[in-house]
Amino acid sequence: MALVHNIENGEARISEAMPGDYFALLKPRVMSLVVFTAFVGMILAPGGINPLIAAIAILAIAVGAGASGALNMWYDADIDAVMTRTAKRPIPSGRVTRGEALAFGLTLSVLSVLTLGTLTNWIAGGLLAFTIFFYAVIYTMWLKRSTPQNIVIGGAAGAFPPMIGWAAASGTISLESVVLFLIIFLWTPPHFWALALFKLRDYDMANVPMLPNVAGERHTKLQILAYSLVLAVVAAAPWPMGLAGPVYGLIAIGLGANFVRHAISVWRMEDGDATMVPAKKLFRFSLYYLATLFAVLLGERLFEIAHSAQVA
Amino acid sequence: METERKDVQPTEAQKKAQRRRSIALALCLVAFVVIFYVATLVKFGPAVMDRAL
Repeated sequence: MALVHNIENGEARISEAMPGDYFALLKPRVMSLVVFTAFVGMILAPGGINPLIAAIAILAIAVGAGASGALNMWYDADIDAVMTRTAKRPIPSGRVTRGEALAFGLTLSVLSVLTLGTLTNWIAGGLLAFTIFFYAVIYTMWLKRSTPQNIVIGGAAGAFPPMIGWAAASGTISLESVVLFLIIFLWTPPHFWALALFKLRDYDMANVPMLPNVAGERHTKLQILAYSLVLAVVAAAPWPMGLAGPVYGLIAIGLGANFVRHAISVWRMEDGDATMVPAKKLFRFSLYYLATLFAVLLGERLFEIAHSAQVA
Repeated sequence: METERKDVQPTEAQKKAQRRRSIALALCLVAFVVIFYVATLVKFGPAVMDRAL
């Protein structure tokens, strides 16, 4: 009877969502970065981890990150609907309801944390739980809509995966893993502010206080430059710390100098420049920059492992 | 007087989506079981069978 009643009110709904729509809730593109950086953290960490357990741990970290993405889409459905970049997501396009996304996100959060905690250790499990909480509650529900520094603090959530990978393999949080965290943490603001510069109107329409539409373009460009300078220095730190070798060190210095050069171009860009070419270039370069740094860290360590196996 | 019962007939698209979701859910459940089976063997090794009767 209730169903008939609902139909009369136009509320009855049978889902047409495909599995792919649920997969889209996990933000697969963000997940791929999480998988990669967590894997690098795991490989760099001292102490061995069984390869099968490592694979399952990476999967749990990926699913946990995806779950926080689903919770983010559940909460942000209203602003996703008005931004061109996000309007086609499963909730604003009507394929998945908010309630379904919430249930999906919560279920996967619990399962991923329990899996990682029981199979590796509870430092890793606890870090994953904290990351999900940080992204879904601290960033999405609180900071994103209330402060233009949202991306600085929210960026921490995206910076945790290498630390979780490190903790899963070694059972500890050490200075080296904090440096890996810092590289992504410092990279996030210039990366997103470059995007916000050329997507300014989108964030304006959605009433999201991003730095360019609150503090102005000039101030944003200065902040991008400041973060880029600190990032270039911190990204080279794994070399003197002994976490990476000279190949990484030299590449990090070269790429860092290039990052700063792009940031200077953005800083010099005329206010109100409609094409925003330097900002777009910085945004694209920042993606390449982070992926390369972590790929070189990984490559160097794998080479070291292969070399020591040969010697033995 | 009893009102006439109106059953909801899902459309072909809805039936197809439901079938696909059911298959995906089943595959995820199987994967979850396999993951824990393998992980248990890896963590305990042959000792997993070493139980006093």
